[in-house]
Amino acid sequence: MKDPRIWGLKKSPWVYHLAAASCNNCDIEVLELLTPRYDVERFGIVLVGSPRHADALLVTGVINRKSLPRVLEVYEQTPKPCLVIGVGTCTCNNHIFLNSYNAVGPYDKYLPVNAYVPGCPPKPEAMILGVVKALSKL
Amino acid sequence: MSDRHVVPIGPYHPLQEEPEFFKLIVEGETVVDLEINLGYNHRGHEFISPELTYDQIPFLVERICGICSNSHPLACVLALEDICGVKPAPRGAYVRTIIHELERIHSHLLWVGLAGHFIGYNTVWMWAWRYREHILEVFEMITGNRNHYAANKVGGARRDILPEQIPQILAALGVAEKKTLLLTKAVLDDPVIRARLERVGVLTREQAVAYSVVGPTARASGVDIDVRRDDPHDAYADLKWNVPVLPEGDVFAKAKVRLLETLESISIIRQCLGRMPEGPIQVRVEEIPAGEGIGRTEAPRGEVFHYLRSDGSNRPLRHKIRAPSYMNIASNVVAVRGGSIADAALTLAAVDPCYCCTERLAAFEDGKLKLTGRDLLRLSWAKTERLRERMP
Amino acid sequence: MRDAEAGLKSLIPEAEVFEHNPKRLHISIPRERLTEAAKYLHRERGMRLATCTGIDTRAGLEVLYHFSEDKTGTMYTLRVLAPKDDPRLESQASWFPATDWIEREMHELLGIDFPGHPNLVPLLTSDTDWDREKYPLRRDYERRNEAHER
Repeated sequence: MKDPRIWGLKKSPWVYHLAAASCNNCDIEVLELLTPRYDVERFGIVLVGSPRHADALLVTGVINRKSLPRVLEVYEQTPKPCLVIGVGTCTCNNHIFLNSYNAVGPYDKYLPVNAYVPGCPPKPEAMILGVVKALSKL
Repeated sequence: MSDRHVVPIGPYHPLQEEPEFFKLIVEGETVVDLEINLGYNHRGHEFISPELTYDQIPFLVERICGICSNSHPLACVLALEDICGVKPAPRGAYVRTIIHELERIHSHLLWVGLAGHFIGYNTVWMWAWRYREHILEVFEMITGNRNHYAANKVGGARRDILPEQIPQILAALGVAEKKTLLLTKAVLDDPVIRARLERVGVLTREQAVAYSVVGPTARASGVDIDVRRDDPHDAYADLKWNVPVLPEGDVFAKAKVRLLETLESISIIRQCLGRMPEGPIQVRVEEIPAGEGIGRTEAPRGEVFHYLRSDGSNRPLRHKIRAPSYMNIASNVVAVRGGSIADAALTLAAVDPCYCCTERLAAFEDGKLKLTGRDLLRLSWAKTERLRERMP
Repeated sequence: MRDAEAGLKSLIPEAEVFEHNPKRLHISIPRERLTEAAKYLHRERGMRLATCTGIDTRAGLEVLYHFSEDKTGTMYTLRVLAPKDDPRLESQASWFPATDWIEREMHELLGIDFPGHPNLVPLLTSDTDWDREKYPLRRDYERRNEAHER
């Protein structure tokens, strides 16, 4: 039988949203997924208030020096197996902040990322697709 | 002193998506002081800007903030136009004004939704954000993107608004107006909301002036300032609108000011669409001469200020960016004092903080959470329930 | 001449005024007169502080105090210069809360000292992962691709 934790994860992924040095655009679009137009709760996707309850981390931003310890701590707290989905171009390659003295990302320098959703910001439909694609690879 | 406890709020502010860390110093249920710890969003825009050319900088500053995405490039472009002594092409000025006001509408609806969520009126959240979608669709139609529109350029606008797009814009404005009137009436008439928001988080006029706050935060404390009227740019000198100013300084006044402003923005856009001049949307600007320029505009949160110093080359010597929340968030220190913990988080959110604007960087602070963001949200909802039960 | 301009010049005769356009005035004053000038513009003339800009120039560390006269929409920018070997300006934070944060920011990013500031601690940079001897907004800050070198 397949790992039941994975089966549970796929059916109704609980998602924790982690923003580290982002412009907030991707973050607002993530929140929009909950609103009536996109309504991801019909897929069982729920935004949770603590990483300890999360199956997947939706991460945004380039991470900066002050926020890095917090990012690592959140990842530690998230029970494994978990998915990490990088939302936005910042999470792919630091975007325009590549030469900043303070940007230390992207996320895959510090933790395994399962999917990248490029875009500035990616459209909510793209984010849903990213989550679905990441889940289907499990 | 011995009874003082520290209640940290953060990194997940219940009302906002951006991380920050507030330390509330409390005695029993009353907040006596506030420490604000920023730095979690700091990305270094002022450092990156001198490496880029003047054509590239508007794209950089657009990404200071995702919600007031248009205000920063507009102020930056106005600073460059100030150095050159150039005015934008008339039609371009109108296009820029329309996009600027559309941004105000979507940003205020966003705040109203989050405020509703926070005090426990989730229907308000869902409604405000659902009807905001019409504005975002208009943005996608006229600029190509729901956010980060890349609409501004030295000398005018980058894209025109076409005649066939106008019916959809007017339809979206009609929906926004109807729903804003509905929300305004709901807020003003609901005794529970009034009890929840009135006399909470008061910022007096003297405090507002001492902290040099801007935007709705200032206007809700009796300070009558509006950059569009005081230092007009683009089409604003030709247009008429009211600037709502209220004396109370509480969260209720801030909410009212934003709702009334949304209605004024709708009126401004209709005026623009009715009198848009024909002609090109850009004047060609070949070079930025040596000099200094200041560009400012009234973003949804208040005055966005850009200063640029050029040396005649195609990259700046210095680019100073000051977002409105930088001034407004600092005033939270006095606004929360004397209030209760259940009210504190609402007060902090009432200035409509945009932390990414404030620091252009993000940071998290992790502390021992006595009350998590979730706890504070529940405290707030519980207070609303208690008030509701007390109502006849 | 504008009232505020005349008032400032009579208070500080050494002030040099440059008018870029009717709504943008730049006024250079000696750094010893900064507090007087700031108090005059804010308290007597009711001007709001928009922000301060710190710039590393060949002549020294220049700091601009951007005041807004909202009733006319005119910007009055005070310019003071601190020499690099003595980068010090009197803090305005004790009487003018609006300058509190920006002085902290200029201190950490440009290395300007503000004696008299009640709490001159870093505002934005990390407490644990930052070299306090380096100032990113100074011209001699080594620009490298730091992200890749980490």
